[in-house]
Amino acid sequence: MFLHLRLRPTLLAITLAATLTTLPTHADTLRIAIMGEPASLDPHKISGKWENDVVGDLFEGLVTEAADGERIPGVAESWEISEDGTVYTFHLREDARWSDGEPVTAEDFVFAFRRILDPATAADYAYLLYPVRNAEAIYTGAAEPHTLGIEALDARTLQITLERSTPYFLDQLSHYTAYPVPKHVVEEHGDRWSRAGNMVSNGPFKLQRWQSQTRIEVIPNEHFHAADDIALDEVVYFPIEERNTALNRFRAGEIDVAREFPTEQYAWLRDNLPDATHTAPFLGIYYYVFNSRDGHPTADPSVREALSLAVRREVISEQILGTGEEPAYSFVPPGVGHYDPAQLAFADMSQEERMARAQELMAEAGYGPDNPLELRLRYNTSEDHRKVAIAIAAMWKPLGVEVDLFNSEVAVHYADLRQGDFDVARAGWIGDYNDAQNFLSLLESGVANNYGAYSNEEFDALMREAAETQDLDRRGEIMADAEQVALDDSATLPINYYVSRNLVNPALQGWENNIEDIHRSRWISFED
Amino acid sequence: MLLYVFKRLFQAIPTLLIVITLSFFLMHLAPGGPFDGERQLPAEIEANLLATYNLDQPVWKQYLIYLGNLLQGDFGPSFRYKDFTVTELIAEGFPVSLELGLWAIALALLLGIPLGIVAALRRNTGLDYVVMGTALAGVAIPNFVIAPLLALVFGVMLAWLPVGGWNDGHWRNMVLPVVALSIQQIAYIARMTRASMIEVLGSHFIRTARAKGLSEREVIWHHALRPSLLPVVSYLGPAIAGIITGSVVIEQIFGIPGIGRYFVQAALNRDYTLVMGTVVFYGMLIVLLNLIVDLIYSVLDPQIRYDD
Amino acid sequence: MTTETTTLHAQGASPHLGESLGREAWRRLKQNRAAMASLVLLTLIAVACLVGPWLTPWGLNEVDWTAFSAPPSLADGHYAGTDANGRDLLTRTLYGGQISLSVAVVATFVSLVIGVLYGAVAGYVGGRVDTLMMRFVDIMYSLPFMFMVILLMVVFGRHILLIYAAIGAVEWLDMSRIVRGQTLALKRREFVEAARALGVRGRTIVTRHLIPNTLGPVIVYVTLTVPKVILLESFLSFLGLGVQEPMTSWGVLISEGVDMMQGAPWLLLVPSTFLALTLFCLNFLGDGLRDALDPRTR
Repeated sequence: MFLHLRLRPTLLAITLAATLTTLPTHADTLRIAIMGEPASLDPHKISGKWENDVVGDLFEGLVTEAADGERIPGVAESWEISEDGTVYTFHLREDARWSDGEPVTAEDFVFAFRRILDPATAADYAYLLYPVRNAEAIYTGAAEPHTLGIEALDARTLQITLERSTPYFLDQLSHYTAYPVPKHVVEEHGDRWSRAGNMVSNGPFKLQRWQSQTRIEVIPNEHFHAADDIALDEVVYFPIEERNTALNRFRAGEIDVAREFPTEQYAWLRDNLPDATHTAPFLGIYYYVFNSRDGHPTADPSVREALSLAVRREVISEQILGTGEEPAYSFVPPGVGHYDPAQLAFADMSQEERMARAQELMAEAGYGPDNPLELRLRYNTSEDHRKVAIAIAAMWKPLGVEVDLFNSEVAVHYADLRQGDFDVARAGWIGDYNDAQNFLSLLESGVANNYGAYSNEEFDALMREAAETQDLDRRGEIMADAEQVALDDSATLPINYYVSRNLVNPALQGWENNIEDIHRSRWISFED
Repeated sequence: MLLYVFKRLFQAIPTLLIVITLSFFLMHLAPGGPFDGERQLPAEIEANLLATYNLDQPVWKQYLIYLGNLLQGDFGPSFRYKDFTVTELIAEGFPVSLELGLWAIALALLLGIPLGIVAALRRNTGLDYVVMGTALAGVAIPNFVIAPLLALVFGVMLAWLPVGGWNDGHWRNMVLPVVALSIQQIAYIARMTRASMIEVLGSHFIRTARAKGLSEREVIWHHALRPSLLPVVSYLGPAIAGIITGSVVIEQIFGIPGIGRYFVQAALNRDYTLVMGTVVFYGMLIVLLNLIVDLIYSVLDPQIRYDD
Repeated sequence: MTTETTTLHAQGASPHLGESLGREAWRRLKQNRAAMASLVLLTLIAVACLVGPWLTPWGLNEVDWTAFSAPPSLADGHYAGTDANGRDLLTRTLYGGQISLSVAVVATFVSLVIGVLYGAVAGYVGGRVDTLMMRFVDIMYSLPFMFMVILLMVVFGRHILLIYAAIGAVEWLDMSRIVRGQTLALKRREFVEAARALGVRGRTIVTRHLIPNTLGPVIVYVTLTVPKVILLESFLSFLGLGVQEPMTSWGVLISEGVDMMQGAPWLLLVPSTFLALTLFCLNFLGDGLRDALDPRTR
C-alpha cells in the first residue's frame, strides 16, 4: 500500500499531463485538505482552526512559528521587554515586504491592532488582544482608539504597552489576530481587500486564487524575507468537511496532507499507511460539564466525584476512540509551558477501589437502588460524541444512574448549555495559546464559557493571584494549586486530552508534529 | 395560454411573500443563534456582533429590514462566509449545481424512461424483473452509501477517476457525482414510467387504437407514451428543483462547490441571511418548475386546460 | 365506451358487491407468486423485529466489554457482530426495525391519504380552488424543513408521534402533485363525463372513479416513498428529534455503518440488507396489489 501511495502521484501526473493541461503538473505543489471552507482570509474576520492553515501561510506576525511550533522571530528581528513586563519594543526587519513590494512598517501593525479592536470590524476574536492597554475599553467605546497601547516609534520600531504583565503575550503575537494588515490595500479596497486579486500579504505565500468551497491556491511571495528558502512552487488547500473524503482523496494521491482523519479508520491506517499516519498530543481537553446550579443533582460535589470515579477513561481512550487520546486526569492538558498540571486525587486508585468509593459516595448522597439518580446527558450530534456518551452511560449504570441521552445539533446544544438546561453535557476546549490560564479561566466564576456555573472563591482568588505574578514558574505553581482546588471539587469531568490526527505523504520533509498542530508550508519540501 | 402564464407568474408574488414570512419567523423562533458554538464570546463582543447584523432588534423589525433590502435585490452578507454576500455565494455555486444536476436529470430520463417502457411491454417476464430489480437496488441504497462506495471503488481502488474535487467542471470530476446523483432518479423514473405505461396500455382508448388496426409501434409512440409520462412529469417538477440546487451529501463527499450544502449548513450555522437566500431561491424554482409542469401537461394531454 | 361503463358500475357498486370485489382481488393476489412470497417474507421480517429481540442473547443497550466492533461470531452470541460500543448488532437491527417499519407504515399512510385526497380534489374541482391548493403545496415545498423540525421539537418536546407528523407533513406533497396531474387528465375522459351526465355527485366521482384510476402510479409512488421516509427519519435523529439512544432505527444504523464501511463492513451490510429486503418485498407486493385491484384486468 505504501509503495502504491508513493507511485500514485507520479502516475497521476503522467495521466493528467497526457489528458489535460489545465491542472498544474509540476511536482512541487503541496496539496492540503483543510477541514472546512474558511470564513474569510481576512485575519480579523476568522476564529476557526482551519483558517489558520491558510492565513498563517499568507501572513507573518512579529513572532512566528518554526517547523516544530516553537516561536521564532518573524517580522520583528529583535525586541526588548521592560522590567515590569508591560512594555515591548520591537525592531522590525529591514527586508519585511508586502507581496506588492511595499515595506511592512510599524504603522501597518498599529493600523491592524486598531482595526481588529474597532467594533465596526465585528471581529469575533478581538478579545484575544485585550492584554494590550486600553484594548477592552476601546472595544466597548469607553476610550478613544488612539489611546490603544501600540505605537510606531518610527517605520521600523514598534512599541506595545500592556494593561499588565502578560507572560504568554509573546506567543500570542504569532496568532492571526496579531498579524499586520496592509494599510494601503485595506484603505483602497475596503472589505473586499481579502479577495484574490486584491489581497496583499506579508507571509511566505501570496493568494493566487480562491474558488469558494473547492480550492484556494497560493504561490510563494517573492518579496518574503526568506523567499529563497521556500522549496514549494505552489500550495493548494482543499476545504473538505467529510473526513472520509479526505482519507479517500489522500489514498488516491489527490492530496498530500489531510489535516484530520476519521477516528474509526485509525486501526486500518496504522496497518496500511503507517508512515503517513501521524497522531500527536494536542492542546485540548474533552470533558463533561457538570451543572453546579442549585436544583441539579450535580450541584452536590460528592455526586460529581462519584460520577467521575466511575468513568473508565482508559476504556474510552483505547476501545471507544482508540486514536491515542491520553486519558485525562487533569483539566489542563500536559505539555503546557511553565506548568505542571495537577491531578485528580483518585488517579492512582485501581478501578475496583474507584467503584467502591463511588458506591459509597452515592449512598451518602442518598441515591441507591430504590432512589436511582436520573440524569440528562446532553451531547452535540457527532459519531465520536455519541460513542463516548453511550459508553459513559453504561459505566454509570452500576451506580444505579439512569441516563437520558439527549443529542442536538451544535447551535441548539450550546444555546441550551448557556441557559443551563442540562445536568451533564459534553464540551471541549482547544487552547487559544499555550498557557494554562486559557484553560483554567473556563472555571472562574461568571465567565461566559463556564457552562456549569462552577464557582469557588478559593479558586478565583488563586487565579487572581496568578494573574498578578511576574515569575513564570511561580505563576505556574499558583495556577496548579487552583487547578487542584477545582479537581478536588470535581468541577468538571475530564475525559481525555485531544490528539491531532494528520495524514502526511511520506515523501514530504519538514513536517514535525507539535502540540499546537501548527504546520507552516514554508518549512515543507518534497524529498528529491 | 399566455394569459395563464402571466396569471401564474403574478401569483408567485404572494406565494413567495408567504414563504419568506413563514421561513423568517420559523428561523428566528428556533433556538440557537449564529454565535452559539463551542466557544462562547465575551458579552460585549457578542452584543457588538448582534448589533452589526441587526440581530439586537425585535424580530418584526428585522423582518421589515430584511424585506426592505430584498426589494432592492439585496440578500445581505453571509454571517458565516464573511468575504461573500449571499447573492455571490448563490451566483457562484448555482451554475455548478445546475450543470451537475442537468447531466444527472438527462441521464435519468435517457435511461429511466426507455427502461420503464421496456419493462412495461415485457411485463412479468425475466427482462422486466431484471430491469425493475436493478432499479429497486437504486432506490434501496441511499446516496450517502452509494457516493462513498463509488469514490472508494472507482477513485481509490481502480483509480480510474478522481475521488473528489471540481477542477473547473472537468468531465472526469463529474462522472462519479453525476452517476451518484442520478441512480436514484433513474430508479424512480423507470418505476413510474412502467407503472403508468401499464395503466395506459390497459385503458379504453388504447384498446380502441389497437382495434383500429394500428401497429403496436404506432400505438405506443403516438398514443400511449405521452399520457403515460404524466405522473413522471408531475414528479419531476419538484424533483428537478431539488436536483439542480445540489445535494449536500454528494457535494460533501465529492468536494463539489455547489449550493446544496448551504441548505443544510446555513441552517446548522444559523447563517440567517444565507438560509433566507436559499429559501427564496428554492421557492422561486419550485414555483417556476411547477408552472412548467402544468404547461407540459397540456402538451402531453391536449384535453387538459386551465381556462375554467 | 362499453368497458368504461362496466368500470363505472363496478366502482359505483353496493357494499356487498364491494366485499366480493375485495375477495376477488385477494383471490387474484394469491395467484401472483412473487407478491405472495413477498408478503410472507415481509411478515417474517415484521415478526422477527417484534419477537426477535427477546430471542437474541444480548440486550438493546447491553455492552459487551470484550467485543468492540467485533465481527459476526456464533461463539459469543453476536450473530451479526457488534458496534463500536460493543453492543449486539442483530439485536439493535431488530429493534431498529420496529421503529423503521412503524415510521414507514404510519408516515407513508399519512402521506398517501392526505396526498391522494388533496391532489384528487384540487385536480377535479380545478379553477380557483386548484390554484389556491397548489400554491399552498408550493409554499410547503419551499419552507426550510430543518427549522420546522426544530420548532416542532421545541413546542412539543421529543416524541415518536412527532416523527410521523414531521415526515408525513412533507411527504404528501409529491403524492398530491402526482394525483392532481392524473386527475386533470382523467376528468376529461368519457367515463367521468358520463358519470357527471348521469348526475353522480362530485364526491362520489372523486372517490369512486378518479382515485381508483390513479392507483398504478400511486402504488408505485408509495413503494418509493417508504425508503425516503425511513432515511429521512435518520436525518431527524441527527437533529435530535428522531429516535434517541439507546433506541435506534435502520436509517440511523446505516448512516453509522457507512463510516465503518472498510473496517467493519457488517455494520453497514446487516441493516442495509434488512432495508433492501423490505423494499423488494414491498415493491413486488405493490405490483401484485395493483394488478389485483385493477378494475379493467378482470
